[in-house]
Amino acid sequence: MKMTGTQAFMQCLEEENVKTIFGFPGGSVIDLYDTILQQDKIHHVLVRHEQGAVHAADAYARVTGTVGVALVTSGPGATNAVTGIATAYLDSIPIVVFSGQVPTALIGNDAFQEVDIVGITRPCTKHNYLVKDAKDLVPTIREAFHVARSGRPGPVLIDLPKDVMASMINFPAKKSVKMRTYNPTYEPHPGQIDKACKAILKAKQPVLYIGGGVILGDAHKELTDFAHKLNIPVTMTLMGLGGFPGTDPQSLGMLGMHGTYFANMAVAKSDVLIAVGARFDDRVTGRVDAFAPNAKIIHVDIDPTSISKNVEVDIPIVAGCKEAMAQMNKWVDGCGADLEAERAKLGPWHDQINDWKNKHPLSYVEEPDIIKPQFVIEKLDELTKGEAIITTEVGQHQMWAAQFYHFNNPRTLITSGGLGTMGYGLPAAIGAQMAAPGRIVIDVAGDGSMQMNIQELATAMQEKLPVKIALLNNNYLGMVRQWQELFYDKRYSATPMEVQPDFVKVAEAYGAVGLRATKPSEVEPVIKEALATDTLVLMDFVIAREEGVFPMVPAGKATTDMLLV
Amino acid sequence: MKHTISVLLQNKPGVLSRVTGLFSGRGFNIESLSVAETIEAGVSCLTLVTSGDDAIIEQITKQLHKLIDIIKVTDISESEYVEREMALIRVKAEAATRAEVLRITDIFRARVVDVSPRSYAIEVTGTRDKIKAVTELLKPIGIQEIVRTGTIAMTRASKKI
Repeated sequence: MKMTGTQAFMQCLEEENVKTIFGFPGGSVIDLYDTILQQDKIHHVLVRHEQGAVHAADAYARVTGTVGVALVTSGPGATNAVTGIATAYLDSIPIVVFSGQVPTALIGNDAFQEVDIVGITRPCTKHNYLVKDAKDLVPTIREAFHVARSGRPGPVLIDLPKDVMASMINFPAKKSVKMRTYNPTYEPHPGQIDKACKAILKAKQPVLYIGGGVILGDAHKELTDFAHKLNIPVTMTLMGLGGFPGTDPQSLGMLGMHGTYFANMAVAKSDVLIAVGARFDDRVTGRVDAFAPNAKIIHVDIDPTSISKNVEVDIPIVAGCKEAMAQMNKWVDGCGADLEAERAKLGPWHDQINDWKNKHPLSYVEEPDIIKPQFVIEKLDELTKGEAIITTEVGQHQMWAAQFYHFNNPRTLITSGGLGTMGYGLPAAIGAQMAAPGRIVIDVAGDGSMQMNIQELATAMQEKLPVKIALLNNNYLGMVRQWQELFYDKRYSATPMEVQPDFVKVAEAYGAVGLRATKPSEVEPVIKEALATDTLVLMDFVIAREEGVFPMVPAGKATTDMLLV
Repeated sequence: MKHTISVLLQNKPGVLSRVTGLFSGRGFNIESLSVAETIEAGVSCLTLVTSGDDAIIEQITKQLHKLIDIIKVTDISESEYVEREMALIRVKAEAATRAEVLRITDIFRARVVDVSPRSYAIEVTGTRDKIKAVTELLKPIGIQEIVRTGTIAMTRASKKI
């Protein structure tokens, strides 16, 4: 069937079952926007800045497990999208970003709003394309979705010159994508599964260390089964929270720089460490040579480059987390071991961990007249029964959310882990709410981060999204201030926010509801009122100004060298 | 330790910059690089020489393999192999030294490819060590210009019948 490039584009999105795209128009994509207007199958969300479009598409992907889509114009539209793309790249999130480009005849001429976005995004995309010939348009889009969602997922960018999109093409029949050079391995090698399971059964002090791969690979059920079958304690990275129920007695919570005392101790003293879909990030390992020094390390990951990159692995398993855990469950079920006895065998190990837990639980000092940020998160957890989708910005509030909210289900913590992008949370909340209209979506924000994409309040209002914002307002760039307090003799260089808007009035200016709490007794009523309101509500919690995030492992130190409350 | 890595890749725009970007972005070394088409249309072979300990070389080969346009990555130096480089050397050749230059050329089975009243241009092919030896000998006579290719390499075929 003959159609224009822009019509073929829309048809491709339908083929991929895309329901929502996030974007911002401009000269190079004006034809595409004209076509968007003439159909009603795909809903376009108009953001206020392209970074917001990519973050929203990214969060949409994280919540649904499908590929998120963003559309931006050439030049500044494309460069504004780069932070969003890099955010998705570092967290392995499947998105496809379409950027407009000047007509092919003008490429390389420094034309108006021209930039080599394929060159710029090469190191922060899984793959990217410039479509120079209209006949390549449809196959390229199909390949891009396939690359984005398969293997270790990631962002893919397609650059679309204006003339290519305006030309007439024959829409080729749908066929499955086959690529000669790209075939991710999903099924684990049986020999490796055998080795791993034997090592695990021999272990006296095993720990499961799980990361974002468990969530991306939908492996939470298989993993939870495995942990329960053998009574193995589980610790999670920031990206892995929700991959194993946070309220489960076997959960150790988060590990690493702001992980729990007992998680870091358990990993340090483990004899077998089973890493699943995690990548031994420096925020997790601390000083590498002191990380699980006595453990035999098993590493399940779909990306071979993650294995033995930072920490040498004894038993590598290149596979999808779901497939690998399923095979390990099967192996354990079929090995003839007395599972009851195996579980009981780890009794002393759990006793040791409980000792650590009792000695240094996750805690904070309550004060009668000042709101502690941890208290706000605990109240949010309690009043939403741990069932909300929490998005965060980046900084202290992010760590408090990770520590004090109990994530029991995958795809409920939506946060920028790898890149640490301030300004992520609000557009992410928009993407999350678009993906899950009936759910409670709360952006846990800080007053610094919030202002990096505050313009997206308008987007949320335009889409009538009942997003809730819990702003932990301490008038500081708090995380950097905490480092300055601890390691720079309290020299607070450029961290006090000397001028701040009245956030309640800001919310009101956008037509949303603003609420403020300045005393602990006001926290619960404010949250209750916000949850009972079916429009966007910003809750401004004026918190203890110099509260720190603890435990804390100073950068470059062993994870057992923790600063405690 | 030096490693010679052979990479088969799809000959698409930007693919070379994906490879070099990977090396600069991750702080790996490239000592030499050479790319040309293979017998198969649309497929090129890239040979690169790099150095690093085993862990780094393992990362380099894995990271290269991860690039979508790359078909195959082989660390050639893991087995028996032959490698060659070529150099074009313009060396001063005046009355007193013309004969000496030709003698050296002859010893190394090199060839004169351009002649002028005051210089010879010599083409020499061989291992990195051989090229080094020739240049060392010609240096005192006066090298005016030198252009070298990167290394290309091929594993030796099995000797079993």
